[in-house]
Parts: sequence; C-alpha cells; structure tokens
Amino acid sequence: MFLRKKKQIIDLWMKNQMADAALREDLMSNEDIRAQSEELLDALLRKLTDEGLKDIDTIDFGEVFEILGGISITRARQGFSSRETGLYIYSLKDTLMSILQQELKDDPIQLYEVSMKIGRLIDTFGIVTFETFIKGREEVILRQTDEITEISTPVIRIWDGILALPIIGTLDSARTQTVMENLLGEIVNTGSSIAILDISGVPAVDSLVAQHLIKTVSATRLMGAECIISGIRPEIAQTIVHLGIDLSNIITKSTLENALKHAFSILELEVRKKGFVNKNI
Amino acid sequence: MEKRLLLPILTTPLTVLNKDAMLINKEQDVVPFRNRVKEYAVKIGMGLVNQTKLITAASELVRNMLRYGNGGETIIEVISKGRENGIRLTFSDKGPGIPNIEQAMKDGFSTGKSLGLGLPGTKRLVNEFDIKSKVGEGTTVMIIKWKNG
Repeated sequence: MFLRKKKQIIDLWMKNQMADAALREDLMSNEDIRAQSEELLDALLRKLTDEGLKDIDTIDFGEVFEILGGISITRARQGFSSRETGLYIYSLKDTLMSILQQELKDDPIQLYEVSMKIGRLIDTFGIVTFETFIKGREEVILRQTDEITEISTPVIRIWDGILALPIIGTLDSARTQTVMENLLGEIVNTGSSIAILDISGVPAVDSLVAQHLIKTVSATRLMGAECIISGIRPEIAQTIVHLGIDLSNIITKSTLENALKHAFSILELEVRKKGFVNKNI
Repeated sequence: MEKRLLLPILTTPLTVLNKDAMLINKEQDVVPFRNRVKEYAVKIGMGLVNQTKLITAASELVRNMLRYGNGGETIIEVISKGRENGIRLTFSDKGPGIPNIEQAMKDGFSTGKSLGLGLPGTKRLVNEFDIKSKVGEGTTVMIIKWKNG
C-alpha cells in the first residue's frame, strides 16, 4: 500500500519538513535531506508491505535502525539539536498518517488499527534516534576529556635543572599516566635533576591520588632525579594524616616558592639582591 | 567521638532535611558526585577542613564502590540532630560483598593493589561510620559528618 505511494510520501514528508520552523538550511542542504530521507524511507517501505503491516511486531527493522542511527550520529556531529532530530523522525509519522487517512477513509476500524501500529513503530524509531543521538554527543564529550587531559599537564622548565609540574584537577589513573610520561620524558630531554609537583590545584587527596603521587615520585627517583611535592594546603595536610597516608619519604612543601628554595639549596644555588654582599663568606 | 560511635546509629533521633540520590557507574561520575557533596557541605556552612575531610571520605568510598562493587547508588542527605546539622552519605552496591569486615577495616589490608587505607582512613575522617556487607549480595556504607564535628 505504501510502496505505491512512495513518491507521494517522500514529497509530502519533504513538504512537512520544509514547513517546519526547525529546518536548518545552514547545516544541511535540501538535496541532502531529501537523499537522506529517501534512503530511510526505502529501507522502511521494503519491510512495511501490506502483509508486514498486519504483523508489525515480528518484522526485523535492523536495517532501518542502522540507517536511522547513522542519520542521528551525523546530525549530532553537525550540531543539530536533539529537538530538531526528534522532529525530523516525528514528521514522518504525520506524513504516513495523512497518507493512511486518504487510503483507508472507508474503513475506520482498519485505519485505527494501522495508525496505532505505525504510531508505535515511529515512537520506537524516535527512541532509537535519541539513544544514538546521545551516544554521538557522548563521543564528543569523551574526545574533549582526552583533550583536556592532554593540555592540562604541562611540564615547565623553571630553572636550569629544575622542572615544575602544576597539577590541576583530579588525578585519576589515566591522568597519572599522562603526567608521568610527560614528566619522565622531560627529565630526559632537559637533563633536569629536580622535579616539583605542585598540587595546589588538586581539590582532594584521597588514598588513590596519594598512591599515584607516590608512584610518580618513585618513578622520578628511578630516573635519578629528586621529586618535591608542593602546594599542600592545611586542610589537605590534615586529611592526609587522618587517612593515615605515609608521605614522610617524600619531600613536601607548602608552597611552590618554598619548593623552589629547597631545589636551589640542593643545587647549591643562591639568589640574592644585586650589590648585596654576604659578609659570612 | 569514640563514645558516639558505640551508640546504635539508627536509634538516634535524626531529621532528614534534604535528600538527593546519584548513580555511580563509571570513573567519570566521581568528580560530579564529589562536587555535589561539596555543594551540600557548603550550603550547611561546614568549615573548609571538615568539608575536605568529608569530600575525601566520599571519594574513597565511591572509588571502592566502583572498583570492588562495579558501581552502585549513593544518597546524600542533609540531616539534623538537635542543634547540629550534618551530611549523611550512603553508598550501596550489589557487588561481591566483604567476607571479613574486621580485616577490611585494618590499616594496610587490601585485596586490590591499593594502599589499604580506604575504609579505615574514611572511618577516621568522619564522625559516624557504619558498614554492612553480605557476601554475594553487596555492601552498604553509611557515614555522617557533623558540621562542627
């Protein structure tokens, strides 16, 4: 029944979409939308024969779902809102309904039955669309997370032989890995002998974060460099003590400034004001 | 504090002022959960040190839940007892459970490769701590941190 009307359906569907205020011509040309819609409709109508309509629950719509998923993901990436993508699918419902109305206007009982089935079918399509749409968006978020991990762990050479590594945010396993790789690589590249890990930007130090810190320090020591942890705030210090974490093997300082002073003293460097003569020498 | 721990926790008259639930099933949920806890702690005017202790405790327990219990449900409640306000956190998972709680509460014991400070450390960070676990059914941990505790 629908197959015969395919041309009519696609025209009407396009018209419905054009009439919709949510049409985004800036994101997608009309030809593209038409091609996309036709592909979807083709797959759908191949399954939705007259016999199929009678027994709609048993049809395998796998292919249709696949095409639908593809459309949904491309739309998510192109920046369509979920509302626009949803309306796209639901406008198909209106179209099919009006075709049905023309076809079955003499048989209200069958019209009702078929409409219910089509309605339920399109609702399922809607749900599939939303699920894939969200998945598409989540991929974007995951990619951004990766980018944030990349950019938020810079290793700075603050003095000849001294590296500083300000850590901002939470240290989880993945980030510790990045931090450690960057730090160890930079120790080799610059030939530094002291690394300062500044944790002023870490909101909470729990046993996992502490364990990661200890691992980083051990790895730095294996490379022959000394590691100083700075930026330990009073509340963090209390928490660490209560938790029972033993950081006594590690040099810790409250501020980056103190850590730098300590680093200078290890390297036997002295910073003094111009003209100042140390009388002790 | 020691005396308070000996009292049966459930019989103390508590009023729940606010309740919030959150599902935890991946590592990315830890930070939003911690921020939520912090929000409530700030709202009742908890000091910075206690805030940090509570958040750290919450972080430990959430990580335990993810690591050993495959995620679970958390409940954040603002409670009051008499004049004192506080935050109660409940963590329940449907994981394998803890066969020997006494051993798990000892410093340095871990079945994973961690420092083994999660449970005993958390107990030291909060005012009230209660753990129930059944092998094969799951574990529920409840902690309370009072505003001025």
